[in-house]
Amino acid sequence: MGVKEIFETMDYGPAPESAAEALAWLVDQGDRFGHFIEGGFTATGEGFESRNPATGEVLALLSQATQADVDAAVQAARRAQPKWERLGGPGRARYLYALARLMQKHARLFAVLETLDNGKPIRESRDIDVPLSIRHFYYHAGMAQLMEAELPDRAPIGVCGQIIPWNFPLLMLAWKVAPALAMGNTVVLKPAEYTSLTALLFADICRQAGLPKGVVNIVTGDGAVGEMIVAHPGIDKIAFTGSTEVGRKIRAATAGSGKALTLELGGKSPYIVFDDADLDSAVEGLVDAIWFNQGQVCCAGSRLIVQEGIAETFLTRLKARMDRLRVGDPLDKSIDVGAVVDPVQLATITRMVEANSSGEVHHAAVEMPKAGCFYPPTLITGLEPSDPLMQEEIFGPVLVSTTFRTPAEAVQLANNTRYGLAATVWTENVNLALDIAPKLVAGVVWVNATNLFDAAAGFGGVRESGFGREGGWEGLSAYTRPRGRTRPLHKVEPFTGNGGAPVDPIDRTAKMYVGGKQVRPDGGYSRPVWSKSGALLGHVGLANRKDVRNAVEAAAGASGWAKTTGHLRAQILYYIGENLSARADEFARRIDAMTGRQRGAKEVEAAIQRMFTAAAWADKYDGQVHGVPIRGVAIAMKEPVGIIGALCADEAPLLGLVSVMAPAIAMGNRVVLAASEPFPLAATDFYQVLETSDVPAGVVNILTGCHADIAGPLAAHMGVDAVWSFSSSDLSAEIERASAGNLKRSWVNNGKSFDWDKDHTGRFLEASVEIKNIWVPYGE
Amino acid sequence: MDTATKDRTAQLPQVTDPRNAGIELDLAWVRAAQANTSAIERRAATLPARRSVKKDHQAAWLLKAITCIDLTTLAGDDTPGRVHRLCAKARQPVRRDILEALGMGPITVGAVCVYHEMIAPAVEALRGSGIPVAAVSTGFPAGLSPFHLRVEEIRESVKAGAREIDIVISRRHVLTGNWQALYDELRIFREACGEAHMKAILATGELGTLRNVARASLVAMMAGSDFIKTSTGKESVNATLPVSLVMIRAIREFHERTGHRVGYKPAGGISRAKDALNYLALIKEELGNRWLQPDLFRFGASSLLGDIERQLEHHVTGAYSAGWRHPMG
Repeated sequence: MGVKEIFETMDYGPAPESAAEALAWLVDQGDRFGHFIEGGFTATGEGFESRNPATGEVLALLSQATQADVDAAVQAARRAQPKWERLGGPGRARYLYALARLMQKHARLFAVLETLDNGKPIRESRDIDVPLSIRHFYYHAGMAQLMEAELPDRAPIGVCGQIIPWNFPLLMLAWKVAPALAMGNTVVLKPAEYTSLTALLFADICRQAGLPKGVVNIVTGDGAVGEMIVAHPGIDKIAFTGSTEVGRKIRAATAGSGKALTLELGGKSPYIVFDDADLDSAVEGLVDAIWFNQGQVCCAGSRLIVQEGIAETFLTRLKARMDRLRVGDPLDKSIDVGAVVDPVQLATITRMVEANSSGEVHHAAVEMPKAGCFYPPTLITGLEPSDPLMQEEIFGPVLVSTTFRTPAEAVQLANNTRYGLAATVWTENVNLALDIAPKLVAGVVWVNATNLFDAAAGFGGVRESGFGREGGWEGLSAYTRPRGRTRPLHKVEPFTGNGGAPVDPIDRTAKMYVGGKQVRPDGGYSRPVWSKSGALLGHVGLANRKDVRNAVEAAAGASGWAKTTGHLRAQILYYIGENLSARADEFARRIDAMTGRQRGAKEVEAAIQRMFTAAAWADKYDGQVHGVPIRGVAIAMKEPVGIIGALCADEAPLLGLVSVMAPAIAMGNRVVLAASEPFPLAATDFYQVLETSDVPAGVVNILTGCHADIAGPLAAHMGVDAVWSFSSSDLSAEIERASAGNLKRSWVNNGKSFDWDKDHTGRFLEASVEIKNIWVPYGE
Repeated sequence: MDTATKDRTAQLPQVTDPRNAGIELDLAWVRAAQANTSAIERRAATLPARRSVKKDHQAAWLLKAITCIDLTTLAGDDTPGRVHRLCAKARQPVRRDILEALGMGPITVGAVCVYHEMIAPAVEALRGSGIPVAAVSTGFPAGLSPFHLRVEEIRESVKAGAREIDIVISRRHVLTGNWQALYDELRIFREACGEAHMKAILATGELGTLRNVARASLVAMMAGSDFIKTSTGKESVNATLPVSLVMIRAIREFHERTGHRVGYKPAGGISRAKDALNYLALIKEELGNRWLQPDLFRFGASSLLGDIERQLEHHVTGAYSAGWRHPMG
């Protein structure tokens, strides 16, 4: 076509980015790769081909790691870790700066290689993936620099096993490696088998930066290699980004192993458009939400929820916009939608859309490439929450939509999902935006924008979208642990009786406390509680699974507690402390009688202090405003986790319970607490204190009985958001395994003791909140 | 219904669309218009990175840009001689050898834009070329002279042979939200234009917010503007991509709801070939190819042509060009 013809047609024409440099780099590496272990590449082993999904061409041969390879990588990381930690924050910061600088120098090589390997448009890899990756290293160089000063009580976790997905290969590497290294950990990273090349280029960069050997190790291969990493005893922490299905398996596989775990999983993120929104901008936002990276984005705004009155107009404009998207060669600079990562993924997307029989399907009227893994931008309108495609993650360029009438209904629809990764809200009304954002169950909320990311703002989900945050100050706790050593915890056995008469002839039946009422156990069984000398102190009910159910239901009914002010919660906590103080002697005597020790008075005093400390924090545990590089704010709000189920310490019958309860309810959570199993009567006395202290019904629920009976139903309950165990019964593995059901946050003692005399309020507060980042760009 | 004039040179499209006759002022529509600044800026910032036009395509697009230029001189020291030179350039904006190398026939710019006193020499100089003369009017640039004189100025300019009248709106009506006053003023201007096309200059740099730009754009179209135009070139902020995005989205919505195609003219500050490509891509993306013709799109620019000429010679020869190799206008 000559200039004269183009003058008439005004077509774009091809604008290809050259692949020459990237292909030359692959040739220089011999077109085949081993693993990066101990600072060097291993010989190529048995393996697989890495293909360009846009063309099907083989880019390189990669090695499938064997158990021996993984062992070698873990050993290298293990050996390198103590020295890397001792290097100190400023020393590590220099290496992180060097990595950032080197990545910047090779930015275009990274971008082209990423596009060749993954199929994403060069515009995205060039303007989004690579710059954000570099930014992550710069940001965390700063975190390394500040670690000793700002996090004096935190130590690195050790060796981190990191398993990353294929949708943002380099960016996910950066999200994982940068904070881990900054905090003094060493890593064994496995990129996805479809997209390992930029990780291998990064390995090359590590070499160029002179990074000490073994600090970063990269092994390639499929899920089998991931399993080896997950199961490896030499690894202290697993960080995984990927599907909810695999995340669940990893949770189950690591249960009870003592490995720390963070999961960043799937989503079906709502995209809410109110009738006062700038509709054209909201339409354009959808291009960034669901047609970014071919929709293969965990936080993709894939569920459009649009106000009924404007739905028709909005959808008409949306379809018109879709028809202008350009699908094709990812290396072309004028392409909006590139190739799906692999034929397998393409088949999945195709199958899911074909299986849908509801609503109306609109495939964008765009010119499609003749070959390669391409799927047209697609909109399915008129779906309802009951349609599978409104619930299931498609992970492709397919948007589904429904309508709502009122803000409250929008929130209901948005939250009607097992996921909770991200959400988007479009409205020009600041009152509405700031009212809706906190109500959305999601780790990230974007107002009048979508898919904004930055190293300074944490990213991560709630519900089955996983747990842990990446980025920001909040992301550092995923790669650090509290300093100090732990000791094994031995099972605390109850005393046995001599069948003698009760100490007090008047029978005082201790009941359980559920929904603000004293209740008898559902099963109708009780057990005696004996003193050390064998005297009968009383009876307690034995909770069964129905008691757990009832307690959780009561907690669910008290959801209003989360919306109360910190000031009000503080007043109630002070009041509890005050009422406990009034009965201090009685509680001390009770504790002494049960435990046969003389520490009751001290324990009660400490419990009162815990109440007061939690009360003090109730209105002071503030969020942050992150300095993200936009004209706007990213507000890191601390929100209550929800319903927390906890098995309280056996050895400290009152203090163990109060230490858990006070920070949790101070932050607006509701709790279901299993009292000390051998010494439960302090907890049952305590509900009388709660009753006199204006604690709303259902906020605190106390069960008694056998921890082993309570743990299972509590950890498996889909309505419970977090489960903690400080029990001396060996239940950590069972709890974590059961928690995989809804991926609830777990905090278990792994058979290690906790020093209850020490104030750990800070740790409990941290575990009692989820951080939600609300991005609000502004400007008129 | 009025129809557009058809006596254009060969490369200009034969205009068949009916002119925008305007509609009743629809205040509900005007007040519902929204413009989210951050989102609009984001779109405007990423668009140039999303679209890239290379090689022959770039040359063709740059030629297209030339045909959409309102070659402009709006200076106090304009003389008939100066205008004559400009009009000669308007007839032959690109050196013939370059056009031949590109396989293109002769092209001209879209129009020549002058003050009232320069209409007569311009009309004279452009006779037979089919290139229309546009005159800025209504107390340009501030638009604060007596209203009856502003209306009379339009009539005089039309009488003098201007086929396009670039009027300026009363910014105060926008800033005080007096949409009725703005509509009434524009209605009278439109009537005074008669057969001449009315290009309404919103002076977006003085309207304060993008939301105001969106609303003023709608009112201007409701009142029957043939074109809406960003700036006089005399404000401190002239045409920008975000402002353009707001205005062309308003044009699109007006077309969807009324069937009338209104033209768009960014003016001021567009001086690089690369800028011109970005504008064309923006129009293509948001409005479609139909708007990439001089009857619906113009650049108000004086120095843009020079940069495009240098780029075209570079395309032909492979060597970077110099300004003095191209005839001045």
